[in-house]
Amino acid sequence: MPIQGLTRDLIALRIARDLHDGMTVNLGLGLPTLVANFIGSDVQVIFQAENGILGYGGVLEEDFDQDFINAGGQPVSINPGASFFGSDASFAMIRGGHVDVSVLGGLQVSAKGDLANWLVPERGGGSIGGAMDLAVGARRLIVAMEHVTRTGEPRILRRCTYPLTAQRCVDLIVTDLAVIEVDENGLLLRETAPGVSAAEIQALTEAPLRLVPNLRPMSL
Amino acid sequence: MIDKVVQNVDEAVRDIPDNVTIMFGGFVSAGSPTSLILALQRKGVRGITGIANNIGLGDRLDALCEKHQLKKMIASFAIRASGGRQSLFEQQFRAGEVELEVVPQGTLAERIRAAGAGIGGFYTPTGVGTPVEDGKERRTIDGRDYLFEQPLPADYALIKAWRADRMGNLIYRGGSRNFNVPMATAAGFVIAEVDEIVETGDLDPEHVVTPGIYVDRVVVGAHEQIRWFA
Repeated sequence: MPIQGLTRDLIALRIARDLHDGMTVNLGLGLPTLVANFIGSDVQVIFQAENGILGYGGVLEEDFDQDFINAGGQPVSINPGASFFGSDASFAMIRGGHVDVSVLGGLQVSAKGDLANWLVPERGGGSIGGAMDLAVGARRLIVAMEHVTRTGEPRILRRCTYPLTAQRCVDLIVTDLAVIEVDENGLLLRETAPGVSAAEIQALTEAPLRLVPNLRPMSL
Repeated sequence: MIDKVVQNVDEAVRDIPDNVTIMFGGFVSAGSPTSLILALQRKGVRGITGIANNIGLGDRLDALCEKHQLKKMIASFAIRASGGRQSLFEQQFRAGEVELEVVPQGTLAERIRAAGAGIGGFYTPTGVGTPVEDGKERRTIDGRDYLFEQPLPADYALIKAWRADRMGNLIYRGGSRNFNVPMATAAGFVIAEVDEIVETGDLDPEHVVTPGIYVDRVVVGAHEQIRWFA
């Protein structure tokens, strides 16, 4: 029987737990966008969209206004205290280290914390978007992704085989199976998905994992 | 009295020749000069090297692929890594009919800014150790590695703002400033599509984002609503 991991919503919820009051956070396309749905009402997180909005709120289902969108093109509400700026200023903000946390999707992460997320070589072309700037510029980078590929191949590798987004940039990996921290010695397994063992996670991870002494299931 | 207003978008693009480099402002739906793009399509300008944040599904720029008007695109977002339905641009890219240079979004914005600001280039940490580094100088400054990136100018910029006055001063709405703001400064000839034109003096100078010095022509567009999700 295949291992049952977290849903995409639960991965997003687990990441939201790491976002604290007063943080400025940029959410990448896809799974990371869902993180905004799980911020507690008592926590004020300021979301930065690299298209030039600081302080957007929830995704709107109606009242579409094309001038008010997040970086995924979704219409969003604008919170009190928000500000607007151009792309040059937006990326000065990002590269300048003013954004606390970036949450990006991933294709592969290496044991050293290298990230590959913009190009599948077999497909060609590729889309970098803001990912390379966010990966080098944000103070903390959380990668949200499925632990293995659709065909069951590990995505957390000794070395990335896909072209990199940035070197040694990832601080935390949250997958459907595990929460893994990247430190100077490699990868540290911190939390497991409920009902999944450390051995099962290592079997699906090419890079070696060290275990924290107080390894525990994710609290969701 | 200075008056940069022209009557319609076809007149606004009337003298854009073939084989030029054109910047297109906008980020997906926000701030895209859709009426000017369609005028460029009607005029049939060919051999365009386009510079834009994105091209593909859900943006008007893809319309320039219908009659193969694009020779090359310089963009940060053009082919989705995850696959799915292909835009005209992606089909033509895969068929080898159009070139693509993928540039990190922040580097793209800063290269454009540098071109408009008379800066000969800059060092950025973005792209170190990735394919973006190919052919570029790497330099270590205070222990951190950077790549040298050069300015990116264009012959024309087609941009979109909310309101203009007759002198070409521009203000924007929401997240529509994006690439319009740096592009306004970086091209030889700048055409601004807006929703509304007011008399000179009716814009508060405290609110002007793009000063009129950068803008050559102003025209009211169709204010087309585009809906697209990544």
